[in-house]
Amino acid sequence: AGGGNSDVQWCFSQVKGAIDDDVAEADIISTVEFNHSGELLATGDKGGRVVIFQQEPESKNQPQCRGEYNVYSTFQSHEPEFDYLKSLEIEEKINKIRWLPQKNAAQFLLSTNDKTIKLWKISERDKRPEGYNLKEEDGRYRDLNTVTTLRVPVFRPMDLMVEASPRRVFSNAHTYHINSISVNSDCETYLSADDLRINLWNLEINDRSFNIVDIKPTNMEELTEVITAAEFHPNQCNTFVYSSSKGTIRLCDMRASALCDQHAKQFEEPEDPNNRSFFSEIISSISDVKFSHSGRYMMTRDYLSVKIWDLNMESRPVETYQVHEYLRSKLCSLYENDCIFDKFECCWNGNDSVVMTGSYNNFFRMFDRGYRQDVTLEASRENSKPRSVLKPRKVSTGGKRKKDEISVDSLDFNKKILHTAWHPLDNIIAVATTNNLYIFQEKLN
Amino acid sequence: MRENQGLNTTMSEEVEGTRTAEEKQEMEDTVISPEKAEEAKLKARYPNLAAKPGGSDLLRKRLQKGPKYFDSGDYNMAKAKMKNKQLPSAPTEKTEITGGHIPTPQDLPQRKTSIVASKLAG
Repeated sequence: AGGGNSDVQWCFSQVKGAIDDDVAEADIISTVEFNHSGELLATGDKGGRVVIFQQEPESKNQPQCRGEYNVYSTFQSHEPEFDYLKSLEIEEKINKIRWLPQKNAAQFLLSTNDKTIKLWKISERDKRPEGYNLKEEDGRYRDLNTVTTLRVPVFRPMDLMVEASPRRVFSNAHTYHINSISVNSDCETYLSADDLRINLWNLEINDRSFNIVDIKPTNMEELTEVITAAEFHPNQCNTFVYSSSKGTIRLCDMRASALCDQHAKQFEEPEDPNNRSFFSEIISSISDVKFSHSGRYMMTRDYLSVKIWDLNMESRPVETYQVHEYLRSKLCSLYENDCIFDKFECCWNGNDSVVMTGSYNNFFRMFDRGYRQDVTLEASRENSKPRSVLKPRKVSTGGKRKKDEISVDSLDFNKKILHTAWHPLDNIIAVATTNNLYIFQEKLN
Repeated sequence: MRENQGLNTTMSEEVEGTRTAEEKQEMEDTVISPEKAEEAKLKARYPNLAAKPGGSDLLRKRLQKGPKYFDSGDYNMAKAKMKNKQLPSAPTEKTEITGGHIPTPQDLPQRKTSIVASKLAG
């Protein structure tokens, strides 16, 4: 399961969210994340809300598809705040959600906005105590004069209730905007990264954090780059990476020193100086970095491409995949409408054989590393008949446009897929358009 | 971009050769590098654009994302400084950093709508 090969066909499974085109800003999906078993799928939105879906167990009636995802829990994670000192609003938008590995019956996740990280506990309650001596079932106290017998309260089954409660609030540690959180493989610590600094936290301690990276120059006029993403290595608890707006990735070893300003490795692809333009640095800015499950590779996403790096080789990526190269001749307009600053994420499939990332016009791309094949698919309501197979899409770049192709100028740049997630074990993917969540599954015969 | 063709006739053969090579290089740039063609377009539209796009101006704008709200202290200080001059209006060009703009009561954005349940859960 989870393998990538040229025969995989993707089918529409479900779509969540409103159909109408009038999208409220709060409904814009800002993060999507499966938990470690893939049973739960969390989304965060611009309104500070988290919605968690749970996969139904596979039904014997429908062996040709895996379980559907239905709402399990929803809660308001963050609320808008105001920084009075700077007269700036602190957005409630959820930038990232990261699940903790499950240790007991409850589930835990970290959710963060620009300034504050919260640890949420999601637990099930399926029984309640009944038969109190001093209270009625609705909670009112009984008149003691009416109590004539004594009984032992018992637990009785009740309808499942899923409760989310904030267990820790990690605040006031970031001057700049948090872009990443990452749970360490030690399951005790996690890191949070903003534009200029990275902090290390203990999950149990919320009033203290250690600063482990600080790239703020003494004189802000000398600022040349910002941190764009950071992640812990999946199994080496001392190792983490962070990417920058200049297209470099630095790998740090926390055993080397308390402050990891000196990187252990720096990954950067040399640039051809003849090709340098006004846009070069902007499009080289890395918007996402993700380790492979194996921990041997990492993937970066910049504006036009996805690159796979071998951790043993800093000089250049081992693989480069063009996401939408046809946009290179549109950079002027993309700069004017700010699309050039869009931050696309990327993800690996369960066995690291296929990678996926989003694009415009609600297109998303998959690159099969082994078979050297790529495909463009679309998340749209038109292709949302249950179990209908997704047809590959193609953007025509030359003068001649074939029948089913779409020309670059017809692409809708307001329909961007920034967030995608791949089930850790199976070929199930979650793709977020602006305000809808699509779930696609592999066609099973 | 294109150099004045008329000068070619008075140049020596050697320089003429060089100039033609330069023009050739420019033409090749446009063909080989669509990025440079886009850059030329942008510079034509915004002649005042700073030469160094990844420089601290762009980054500092990025660091200070989010609307700056009306602050009566800032507003009154700015008014006192300006005296007779008008307050700077909201910048529309790409060159300006929005941090320099002092919001006026007219610039106040609308209040956010009240918090309701996510439509994903509907």
